[in-house]
Amino acid sequence: MDWNSFISNGNFLPWLIPVGPLLAFLIITLLTNRSKWIPATSEEYGGSHPDYGGMLVPVVTDTSRVVSVVVGLIGILFAWIVSLIVVAHAFAIDHLGENVIASSGTWFDTGVTAFKMGILVDPLTTIMLIMVPLACTCIFIYSVGYMAHDPRQSRFFSLIALFAGAMLTLVVADNLLLLFVGWEVMGLCSYMLIGFWFEKESAYKAAIKAFTTTRVADVIMLLGIAYLYASTGTLSFRDILHNQATLTALAHSPAILFGGLGWSAASLIGIFLVVGTIGKSAQFPLHVWLPDAMEGPTPVSAMIHAAAMVSAGVYMIIRMYPLLSAGGDPGAGILSPPMVLMSVVGAFTALFAATIAVAQNDIKKVLAYSTISQLGFMVSALGIGAYIAAAFHLITHAFFKALLFMASGSVIHGMEHGEHHVHEHHAHAHGHDELAAAHDQHPAMSEAHVEAVEAVTGEEPAAAIGDESGEGHPAEPTAHVEPHAEQPTKVGPVFDPQDMFNMGGLRKTMPVTFYTFLLGGLSLAGFPLITAGFWSKDEILGDAWHGTLLGFGASALVFIFLAVAAFLTAFYTMRQIGLTFWGDARTEEAKHASLGKGIVAVTMTLPLIILAFFAVVAGFVGVSPQFPILGSIFSSGGFSPFEHFVGATLLTEPEAVPFNVFPVLVSFAVSLGGLYAGYLLYWRKPLVAGEVDPMVNMLGPVYPILKNKYYVDELYIRVFVKPSQWFAANVAYQFIDKGIIDGFLSLIARVFTWIGDLLKNLNLWLIDGVGDGVPEAIGKFGGWIRWLQSGEIQQYMLYVAIAALVIGIIFALTTGVLHAAP
Amino acid sequence: MTIFGTIDVLSFLVFAPAIGALIVLLLPQNKWLARWVALAFAAILCGVSVAVFFAYNHAVPDYQFVIQTKWFDLLGSSWHIGIDGISATMILLTGLLTPLAVLVSFEVEDRVNAHMALILFFATGLFGVFVAMDLMVFFLFYELSLVPMYFIIDQWGGPNRKYASTKFFIYSMGGSLGMLLATQLIGFTAHTFDIQQLTTIWPAFNGANGTFLGIPIETVKGLAFAGFFVAFCIKVPVWPFHTWLPDAHSEAPTAGSMLLAGVMLKLGAYGFLRLVIPLFPDVWISQISIFGLSISVAGLFAVLAVLGIVLGAFAAFGQTDIKRLVAYSSVNHMGFVALGLAVAALAYAQSYFKVAGIDPQTAILAMNGAVFQMFNHGLSSAGMFLLAGAVYHKTHTRDMTQYGGFWVKAPIYGGIFIFTSMASLGLPGLNGFVSEFLVVRGAWPVFTVLTLIAMIGLLFTGGYILKGIRAVLHGPFNMHWRDYHLEIDLREFVAIAPLMVLMLVTGLAPNWILSVINASVTRIFGG
Repeated sequence: MDWNSFISNGNFLPWLIPVGPLLAFLIITLLTNRSKWIPATSEEYGGSHPDYGGMLVPVVTDTSRVVSVVVGLIGILFAWIVSLIVVAHAFAIDHLGENVIASSGTWFDTGVTAFKMGILVDPLTTIMLIMVPLACTCIFIYSVGYMAHDPRQSRFFSLIALFAGAMLTLVVADNLLLLFVGWEVMGLCSYMLIGFWFEKESAYKAAIKAFTTTRVADVIMLLGIAYLYASTGTLSFRDILHNQATLTALAHSPAILFGGLGWSAASLIGIFLVVGTIGKSAQFPLHVWLPDAMEGPTPVSAMIHAAAMVSAGVYMIIRMYPLLSAGGDPGAGILSPPMVLMSVVGAFTALFAATIAVAQNDIKKVLAYSTISQLGFMVSALGIGAYIAAAFHLITHAFFKALLFMASGSVIHGMEHGEHHVHEHHAHAHGHDELAAAHDQHPAMSEAHVEAVEAVTGEEPAAAIGDESGEGHPAEPTAHVEPHAEQPTKVGPVFDPQDMFNMGGLRKTMPVTFYTFLLGGLSLAGFPLITAGFWSKDEILGDAWHGTLLGFGASALVFIFLAVAAFLTAFYTMRQIGLTFWGDARTEEAKHASLGKGIVAVTMTLPLIILAFFAVVAGFVGVSPQFPILGSIFSSGGFSPFEHFVGATLLTEPEAVPFNVFPVLVSFAVSLGGLYAGYLLYWRKPLVAGEVDPMVNMLGPVYPILKNKYYVDELYIRVFVKPSQWFAANVAYQFIDKGIIDGFLSLIARVFTWIGDLLKNLNLWLIDGVGDGVPEAIGKFGGWIRWLQSGEIQQYMLYVAIAALVIGIIFALTTGVLHAAP
Repeated sequence: MTIFGTIDVLSFLVFAPAIGALIVLLLPQNKWLARWVALAFAAILCGVSVAVFFAYNHAVPDYQFVIQTKWFDLLGSSWHIGIDGISATMILLTGLLTPLAVLVSFEVEDRVNAHMALILFFATGLFGVFVAMDLMVFFLFYELSLVPMYFIIDQWGGPNRKYASTKFFIYSMGGSLGMLLATQLIGFTAHTFDIQQLTTIWPAFNGANGTFLGIPIETVKGLAFAGFFVAFCIKVPVWPFHTWLPDAHSEAPTAGSMLLAGVMLKLGAYGFLRLVIPLFPDVWISQISIFGLSISVAGLFAVLAVLGIVLGAFAAFGQTDIKRLVAYSSVNHMGFVALGLAVAALAYAQSYFKVAGIDPQTAILAMNGAVFQMFNHGLSSAGMFLLAGAVYHKTHTRDMTQYGGFWVKAPIYGGIFIFTSMASLGLPGLNGFVSEFLVVRGAWPVFTVLTLIAMIGLLFTGGYILKGIRAVLHGPFNMHWRDYHLEIDLREFVAIAPLMVLMLVTGLAPNWILSVINASVTRIFGG
């Protein structure tokens, strides 16, 4: 194929979308990620590492840093530009839902047929292609500044490039298997990035938790994929979802398992797939990994929470909606089992997570729970058949949540900056006494410190190591060993730069961050009319209300749960903004918090401004045409552009829900009400240093429950983690393998050893007897020997057999093999 | 096909390693000479294997490069060799891993000539099995492969090597005993050892009026089946015949573990699909009753496979010894091979007796998955053992609790370790995923509940892989290793780089090898 036709043929172009970031990943990993080795005590070494007592550690070189960042940015910009071209193509096509952009090729042979792998751009993909690359680009730019001082910035860029590449692969995939490839690679990236600061226990534990929790869901999802493939012989979206005959057949064949429930094949497959989303999009009961994912650097949080990971989960169920709803008719209030599951889990999660968010003090944790809650909005919306509304909220949420995360990252960065400032000031004033005191307060730390000091002085430990290393392992020359034993970093009292109670008044020193955060927050809270969040949330509520009016129980449930959750959302958002930015600084650190100047500050504010723009205007594409005044402005053709465009993805475009003023009023009420409640508690009279959170008194005994996230983590550790660790070590290995199987074998071995011993003794007696007896009584034995030579062949054979057995056993015993068994 | 003018290429693959071994053994006792000569031999083998793989034309039915000459006329056995797509894949795997194992065993300092000679000699056994089209030839090389591996473990292994090597040897011999008897029985009754002829003669064999030597024919076939079944179950290893494996793998030197896990386990699976499936359709399909539950033999095999997947994963998760962890991962991964084979066995039996049952497409996908998984596990387990050996060689301990934070001092090693672990985990985009997916797809409509249970194993595959990464790379750096060299050596890097490239390429575009497997498998099921 020649290159020009490849470029000019619109059907091939989407193949290039993931290529940029994936190439960037390869180039950075293989070529540009270069380190130099410096002592850990060096000033160059960033603040995110423990103390290594002057050991040589790799730090990314300046050239590598610059080149890697540039390569990463080029990769994502390339993806963005290609995406824009593809989107332009897609918009130019009439009836994109029918005339999709697609191409595919053989991936592997399956008997006489083949499995095809390819790309597909239909309306749903198109809107994802607008959101994902844009959000990713913002995150990349932001990371330039945010990770500027990390000794592993190159690695960071390679991993987020892979992350973005995987997400884009998932978006353009034309079949469920390729989607799953992107899905899992993203899981790996999130694991690697959550545990990016891998020395920290909390970080690697969070990473393992994220990977394991999502894997619980992924293996179930894999079954769903296998089942779907087995039932239809294909995994192509078009072949399955755009084919009424296939869908009907799936909806009418009984499920292979759980026959008693009366589910159809489509339902069981759908439930397996929804479970995949419950894990990936952190829905109850698999939500536990997402809050811990905050351990990663903040751009990663934005990546996971907005642009990629969790969006992928919702994207998948939106994509598979025709299958999930097969057999049901949401317009008539008949929900298929997967839809029931989605509406119940989604609605519950939306409210559940919102209540937890109210009692969190960590600025990122609040956002994490708000993400879980908002994802619940989308999942439950899809559960009651509000296909468009779910997709719409997915897009708007991505913008404002990416914004909020990055803005909170700026806050944290600013706080760390302030901490640094204060710390220097402190050290000047008090000298080393303070540090010594700190030592005493943190025994664990000082222990490590002492160990490190011993290693530095190079006496006893080094000698021990030298003994063991043996030949051929010359210990590395330990250059740069600092004789200076005092290491001032990392020993000071623990200051949490993410605790909102350490903040306050940040609007003064970080104005851009404040205003952008405010816009993002209002959008999250659904501030009426001017924010994107309002329009998408209103649409979900509108759909739910419509169903409620028709008397559908699920819709009513969703409406009530989401309305309450929306109120809480507005409330905790106001609480967060009030605690962080309003009032006066509650700590010295907060007083000096700032982003500084220069490239770091620019790269960390520019993306916020871009996203803030979208967090406001992205909603106007989905205004209901019958909405007073605004409807005629933004949806002049009698339909909202978003609805009309995305609806075409489905075989039959969903009917627009008639406008009803009640849900709009509810949206107004919960949003403004929540904001007002937050205003009363945290804004009108801002908290001063040392003041207790008003929530503590108001909620009373409920507060600790919320604060501890309903103790779900503790429950899981007791019920799942500990027992499986115990089972693995004690039952699967020690009891079954070592005990039963090997025990049985060694029993056999022992029986044979016993027989062997018996024969050996017999033999010793015999040989000794013969040996001693020969000289003195040779003649005496004449007759006996004559008896031996009986001429009977059976008797000879018996002697040979005994001799062979004896020799064999002697051999076995003298080599000690049987005794070696423990 | 011939090379060097007149030499038959498959015979060359079988005998060249043995000759190479002899030459290396007779070389002057110079470490470097022995190493490089062995490496040169292994590289030639690798080149020839690759050439054979690509010269094999999967569009053409039947065995290729077939040679049949007189050998053991009296017994009805002949030197009959040839390959189909499945053997071609296994030959490629053996050819690829042998030079890498030689390269890795450059780390051996003691009696280098003998060590290198044994590794080469081992290749003779493997190639012999994979090209054999005669049951006696098969058995001969199957046993032959045992000897060098026994000595490699016994002489160059870890602290507990005597126990491990003896256990390995006795276990394997225990299996071989029944196999030998079964081989003789089949050869005796069919008057030939030719496998292709046997696949039609033996299943149709009905003795005299349904008895053979006065014993009912079902019993005879059942016993013959058991002989092969146990032997191959031990080799694969299928749960509960697996307990030799953690000991042998963890005590073997790095190259030994690589070859053991990489190719030797495949002998068992290969035996299943070459012999046990085609020879015993009647046994596979027969129902047996355990505790009142009626289950077909193939179903029982699937149960054992799933137990291997689940309990293997759990046992790996319960380890603190890194090589034992990787060893148990083999039990886990080979369980998927066994599961695919169980589906194939049942489907083959059903098609043999023309009873309705498994959709041929399902059987094809399951068997494709099983064979492909054999290849993929060869790559990833060899890679994992190489990396486990690399860290053991540098720290002289296999106890993971003494590691920690090695990623700080060994960033390249860390990256490679994670990459290879992910291939082993079956991350989509890398090789293992495709084969596991195919097996799951194939097994789901046939053994639905078992497949569901197998997912627990797949979940804990993640568990033990992450545990390994966590223990070796993550956490604060253990200052005990402050002055140790931990970064991967250039030699080790050269040895693992081809594996990594293959893992990635095979994961992204599996058809270069899957098309070859698929063509042969499709023919087995009459597609």
